[in-house]
Amino acid sequence: MNLAYYPGCALHGSSNDYEQSLRACLQTLDVQLKEIDDWICCGATAAHSLNQKLAIALPARNLALAENQGYREMLAPCPMCSMQLLKARKAVAEDEALRRSTSEIVELEVRGDTQVLNLIQLFEKIGLDRLKAAVKAPLSSMCAACYYGCLLTRPPEVVEFDDFEQPRSMEKILGALGAKTVDWNYRTECCGAGMTMASEQTVLELSHKILSNAQAHGANCLVVACPMCHVNLDMKQPNIERHYGVKHAMPIYYLSDVVGLALGFKPEALGVNRHFVCSADLQVGMSDASPAKRGTGATGKVGT
Amino acid sequence: MAAGMDAPPTRLIRLLQLGHVEAALRAQSIWQCVSCQTCATRCPKSVDCAGVMDALRQLSVERGAATPEQQRTVLFQKAFLNNIRRNGRLNELELIGEFKLSTFLHGRSLSFLLKDATLAPELMKRKKFHLVGEKARDRAVLARIFARCRDESHL
Repeated sequence: MNLAYYPGCALHGSSNDYEQSLRACLQTLDVQLKEIDDWICCGATAAHSLNQKLAIALPARNLALAENQGYREMLAPCPMCSMQLLKARKAVAEDEALRRSTSEIVELEVRGDTQVLNLIQLFEKIGLDRLKAAVKAPLSSMCAACYYGCLLTRPPEVVEFDDFEQPRSMEKILGALGAKTVDWNYRTECCGAGMTMASEQTVLELSHKILSNAQAHGANCLVVACPMCHVNLDMKQPNIERHYGVKHAMPIYYLSDVVGLALGFKPEALGVNRHFVCSADLQVGMSDASPAKRGTGATGKVGT
Repeated sequence: MAAGMDAPPTRLIRLLQLGHVEAALRAQSIWQCVSCQTCATRCPKSVDCAGVMDALRQLSVERGAATPEQQRTVLFQKAFLNNIRRNGRLNELELIGEFKLSTFLHGRSLSFLLKDATLAPELMKRKKFHLVGEKARDRAVLARIFARCRDESHL
């Protein structure tokens, strides 16, 4: 399968561990990613908070680049990017005058007919049966809380993905990998998103609730499909623990990490060793992992 | 998210219905909002509350109405867009630098300036820190896109 790839800024920045693991998995599953030439930032929250026109124009330019480079489908593994791309696509599809003026602004014809996939959708497209057949190391010791956050399922009329209150798509993938999943309450609550720098307290509070709820429901790790969720729940976890005087020691995996582990990759090949919260003893086949040993990396040491 | 807000989305919508735009712009909540889209998704009347939040933020910046407490988020979002205009792709180090400098010039808080400084070596150890960021090749087109988006005659 050939697919246009829109990495977005995070995956080429501090979330490059996410790109590392998804590239490893997809290569094994015969998906060839072709990075969109000269892509630009989607504008993220800053654009839609400050300038509505930019919030359409920036993602629209990327849609047009992909279309002009001959792609009909693209993978956008960051939910902020994929939501922005889909929002622009919907806006120009529904309003011909806007489509024409946007094309003028971005200096490329925007047709808006490129499909935009998030990472979960790509795994679904590859097929759960195929994924199951490719599993080399079933994740028998994993009891995961699948965390969707905000933008994978919202706004539903834009992203048109899964059930926006009770999504199950990640649980199904985890099931195919041999992992257990827990039912819990914070699957679609917000982690604080892009407030990490501007309002850390917001992130600490929201992410603390998410981690606590996952733990209370028996999860031994969280699985996310968003670079911002990973930053707030993993990188900020030591700050959360200090602020609330608790020990979460909860490893946070990208969806592509758990797929990669099940496919038989070593954690180092996926970038899992570069997370802040250490997750060494949860890895494949280690069904005797003791919860007491979990997450020694939460104190800030590099995971091994 | 609405739980910790001085004026949650329901109250903001009511203020606007009654024409109290100034009061809505003074609410901390418009810059506390994390754009999680929950309010718009669950609104029983299908009001696009998240879109209203965006509109209020844009109005707040246009009118220079942000209160001192709101300023930090405003400065962050502005630094983010400046960065995209210059580079085409986000340069995290440059963003942090511009944001920290602008908040320091604004509020003179040394503790906020130095906060998170210890994070840099931790990110470096994990190869998550890039001294030289990526740039898009065609940055001239970005300058033109930004200029047109500021121009009222378009869209």
